[in-house]
Amino acid sequence: MARTEQQSNDRFAGRWFWRFASPAQFYPVAGMIEKICWGLALVLAAVGLYIGFFRAPTDATQGEVYRVIYIHVPAAWMAMIVYLAMAFWCAIGLAFGTRLSFMMSHALAPTGAIMAAVALWTGALWGRPTWGTYWVWDARLTSTLILLFLYIGYIALAAAFDDKKKGDRASALIALVGAVNVPIIYFSVQWWNTLHQGASVRPGSSSMATVMLTAMMIMTFAFWAYCVAVAMNRVRTQIIERERGAQWLGSGKGIKP
Amino acid sequence: MIWESWSAFWSMGGRGFFVWGSYGALAIAVVAELIVLRSARKRALEESHERSDGGSL
Repeated sequence: MARTEQQSNDRFAGRWFWRFASPAQFYPVAGMIEKICWGLALVLAAVGLYIGFFRAPTDATQGEVYRVIYIHVPAAWMAMIVYLAMAFWCAIGLAFGTRLSFMMSHALAPTGAIMAAVALWTGALWGRPTWGTYWVWDARLTSTLILLFLYIGYIALAAAFDDKKKGDRASALIALVGAVNVPIIYFSVQWWNTLHQGASVRPGSSSMATVMLTAMMIMTFAFWAYCVAVAMNRVRTQIIERERGAQWLGSGKGIKP
Repeated sequence: MIWESWSAFWSMGGRGFFVWGSYGALAIAVVAELIVLRSARKRALEESHERSDGGSL
């Protein structure tokens, strides 16, 4: 194993960006990204919620309950984006055998699962007053529920192996196969006749009032920053756990919590 | 201010349960995630210290 790692190091030597594929090099960088993203998340959430609750008007057809949109849509988008990011790092990990890639995908999974759960929960509470039901087996809702199960399956499988490398590879396969579900979620409202409304926002066009759209987009970036911050925090913990005993960690006392 | 009063704000046009039930769940999820992150970091650091101090590896 040490030999293949040595070989892959030789193969990529001389490309500066591979430097950050080393957990030791990435540890402080992750800390910096985490701090910046915490700041962004807090500021953006404050601005987004202010516009969403105190500037955006009452919706003409739905009344006030539509304000769930400012967390429902960002959570649903992030559930999909985090999944794609997770699958991406799994693919890189399988292809190049880089240790940090699997740590990244493990760090993303719990946050993605939370985003999917929040999207489903807020959707249920929004559905009750607008559709008259908390849940229907509609294509959009069902595929999002499958996304949540994929996250849970990934996390469970990664943790089920005593040999972490086996767990990394087995769970990466689930993540990659499950990635087909993401376009299904996105296009479900076009492909099937669903109770869930179609997309209000598409690249290049939108059917929402500007002030509502602004608040929703700001909240989306707040969620995005939150997901990055939390993933960076978790990847640092992963590095401490997995690189234990490595030279660079030393006594571990130099590591900031 | 688009709201007539704070009580109008909290009632959300009679849909307060659904709006605040959504935002409240998100808040609980975020706080829970942060608590888990914090304890996981603490545990990882403790185990890392134990290993290097114990000298078993």
